[in-house]
Amino acid sequence: MSKYSIIGTNTPRVDSPAKATGRALYADDIKLPGMLHGQILRSPLAHARILNIDISKAAALPGVKAVITGEDTPKVKFGNWRLFPDTQDEYPLAVDKVRFIGDEVAAVVAIDNDLACEALDLIKVEYEELPANFSVDESMAPGAPVIHDYRPDNISLNRKIEYGDLVKGFAEADFIAENTFEVHAVSHAYMEPCACVAQSDDDGRVTLWTSTQVPYIVQCLLASTLGLRENDVRVIKPVVGGGFGGKMELRAWEFCAAFLARRTGKPVKFRLSRTDELAYGRRRHGMKLYSKVGFKKDGTITAKDFRADLDGGAYNSMGPTATFLCGNFGAMLYRYPNYRYNGYHIYTNKPPAGAMRGFGAPQALFASETQMNMAAEALGLDPIEIRIKNAMVPGDQIPDVATVSSCGFIECLQEVAKMSGWKAKRAACAESRDGKGMGVGCYSFISGGVFNWLYTQYTFSAAEIRAFEDGTVHLLTPATDIGQGSDTTLKQILAEELGLRMEDIRLTVADTSVTPQSDLGTWGSRVTLMGGNAVRDAAAKIKKALAGVVSLKFDLNVIHDIGFKDGKIFPVTRPDRCLTFGQAVHMHQKFKRGEPLVARGYYVPRGKGLVTPAFSFGAQVAEVQVDRETGIVKVEKMYTAHDCGTVINPMSVDGQLEGSIEMGLGYALCERFVMDKGRTLNTTFLDYKVPTALDMPPGESVCIETFESEGPFGAKEAGEGLVSPTAPAIAEAISQATGYRFKDLPITPEKVLEGIGGLRKV
Amino acid sequence: MKHLIHLKVNGDDYELAVAPHRTLNEVLREDLALTGTKFGCGTGDCGACTVIMNGRNVSSCLTLAVEANGQDIMTIEGLAPSGQELHPIQEAFVTYGAIQCGFCTPGMIMSAKVLLDKNPNPDEPDIRAGLSGNLCRCTGYNKIVEAIEKAAHQMNQD
Ligand code: FES
Ligand code: FES
Repeated sequence: MSKYSIIGTNTPRVDSPAKATGRALYADDIKLPGMLHGQILRSPLAHARILNIDISKAAALPGVKAVITGEDTPKVKFGNWRLFPDTQDEYPLAVDKVRFIGDEVAAVVAIDNDLACEALDLIKVEYEELPANFSVDESMAPGAPVIHDYRPDNISLNRKIEYGDLVKGFAEADFIAENTFEVHAVSHAYMEPCACVAQSDDDGRVTLWTSTQVPYIVQCLLASTLGLRENDVRVIKPVVGGGFGGKMELRAWEFCAAFLARRTGKPVKFRLSRTDELAYGRRRHGMKLYSKVGFKKDGTITAKDFRADLDGGAYNSMGPTATFLCGNFGAMLYRYPNYRYNGYHIYTNKPPAGAMRGFGAPQALFASETQMNMAAEALGLDPIEIRIKNAMVPGDQIPDVATVSSCGFIECLQEVAKMSGWKAKRAACAESRDGKGMGVGCYSFISGGVFNWLYTQYTFSAAEIRAFEDGTVHLLTPATDIGQGSDTTLKQILAEELGLRMEDIRLTVADTSVTPQSDLGTWGSRVTLMGGNAVRDAAAKIKKALAGVVSLKFDLNVIHDIGFKDGKIFPVTRPDRCLTFGQAVHMHQKFKRGEPLVARGYYVPRGKGLVTPAFSFGAQVAEVQVDRETGIVKVEKMYTAHDCGTVINPMSVDGQLEGSIEMGLGYALCERFVMDKGRTLNTTFLDYKVPTALDMPPGESVCIETFESEGPFGAKEAGEGLVSPTAPAIAEAISQATGYRFKDLPITPEKVLEGIGGLRKV
Repeated sequence: MKHLIHLKVNGDDYELAVAPHRTLNEVLREDLALTGTKFGCGTGDCGACTVIMNGRNVSSCLTLAVEANGQDIMTIEGLAPSGQELHPIQEAFVTYGAIQCGFCTPGMIMSAKVLLDKNPNPDEPDIRAGLSGNLCRCTGYNKIVEAIEKAAHQMNQD
């Protein structure tokens, strides 16, 4: 029997009844008295100087309450990398220049949305069109048009990781694989388009309800761009309809809503259309990856030289982090004794790429996993065997960058081979000529980042617990549930700690004026570990106080361990001497002359290198059927074995896995942007194809439980890394089925046919 | 010019004056404050706005309010009218982990309701086909399919 009551059980999401009945309130569901509606005018040109903006006709339209351009704003640039102000390269509304089709130029508010749209048409902008770069190659060419003056070479940033001796490493190799890979941009395609409502109050504060993953980051950057102090800004997260990395910055409409709410004295709402989202929204970085890896005959890796050119689009967004992480993930999974990474983040006149689930890992791992499969083929080794030979184990390091603590990677590989019937089935696929294939791909991911680019002066996460004599507690957490289920996970952690039931805990979340400072938000799979640790820290303080009460009440020797279970508090060896949780709180409060029992907890990762406190690992096998006539690939089954430490909520972990497979499948086979000179042509879900219920394969999965000492109850990342192995596993399966090796994504039916027909040059 | 229309929504009668270009989605969400019906695309591609009109699932974003004049409409708010207990489909979505961010959920549940009304014993391909107009980016669909199977089973027993 499990030693836990709630950890490890299939606990239904605490917010799911509200979501199932339509009661859950998302940003666009908020309507305040007198609320105005906003619209944003965007640039129709990819690169241009703004010569003049005439807002007079728009402003004169009856019902229009304000029209603003960059000139009306404080002209403060923003970006998540506050630590390096140089990288903050974006104005909320364009000043002097526009750099991509969709760059925000002006904003309007009116008494209704139709009027706001009408007013947009009345704004006249005079542009001087400039030559533009639509690809990394164009931006890097000598004499290319300069997108940002501070970077005349269009390289916004170069990140390096290097250790060991490459020359020596390659000299020791019997076989060297050297390849170029190309991966494309895709959309987060969260179902809820971004929306926000701002209201300015008589206390001099502006409140913003917004669909965000990072309320605190929005608070900080909104304050600086508005010329306010942080405490003048309150950000409240309503229910959020998915984010996947796409809602982790300050955005122009949030700024405009707050600015215009202050200017007009009325609440202001902005909501994006799906076209706004697909045509102009953030996206995953397209990359070109150059990778050279040396192997000994037996498959042992001797060295790796890796370079990534990231198509950053017009602004930095979260690109600097993706650039670094790409190099980190290029060094993960296997022991690369000698390694060099060079990542270049390059400006182009396209919609900016930002953070997206996996954050540099899907790209890096498509390259390294495909190359492992190619090496196995070249050396006549089994793809899983060659991985086991090189697999990371606990204690392995990327020198000066990261150390692997818990790690069940080898077990994952062994398990996925077993559950998928790898050896026999793979051999059968190799024999058959009927389009069947089987492939493997692996991943590792972070459990939150230890890097502090926002340069926060607070801890990384926080929690407050208020205990009541009726036997309940109130948890206040700045952690941000955007659908991944962290409200439930954090409640589970607290319930387990205090020996309470889920229904004994009331929750207030992500309101920067109410929940304790601070939390960096939901990204990099940080919430379970970092938010969970803050909850545990606060719980430990509550427990200490209440254990003292029980000791006093029963005159216990100080050596007694005090247990918390089933709403009772008791010495573990004498459980009959117990108080209920409520009684203990009551006595504590009496003893403190009425002062309520409240505790705060915090977490900051320390001594954990440059990347993360803990890495997850996993291996996945895909079975596909390729129709050689049409080129259509059907994914028939996915097998996954993954190590996410202690599983807190199996149903939730499983849901993350299945959602990741969906996203990985789209990345591998069908999702892509069709671009024409910086213009996105497919701007509806009719043309931008995300997988439907008909496309999803069945799956089997196993959690390899390790115990991560830095995580709450031994838990670590579970929701993000899994998006990475799917594309390389499918690509390998297709290559087995067709005999053609794909080194670029997505693998569309056209490409499959070209591959089979020997018509591809890539 | 505004048109006077009459809608029956979740059993309640409404008289409304609406401009001809306004969609049923806008009228439900803005005029009747029934915000459980979502807006995810406006082009009929995502299914987040699905409501039931005279027993058929329709995209409320593509349906003009004037077209809905005189029709009988059910939204997610009307499924478990007491507001207390859940409809078996809702119950199954909660129990079997079919809900993550929840933005697709009301539309999914309305599509599931129409599916089960027409076919109380659907097999898995029937369910997948019935949901093919509803996108979900979080769950990978499999838990939604499972929840509908379980709900069908439950409803057949009740
Ligand atoms: S909002 Fe109607 S189908 Fe997407
Ligand atoms: S639960 Fe998020 S879109 Fe379906």
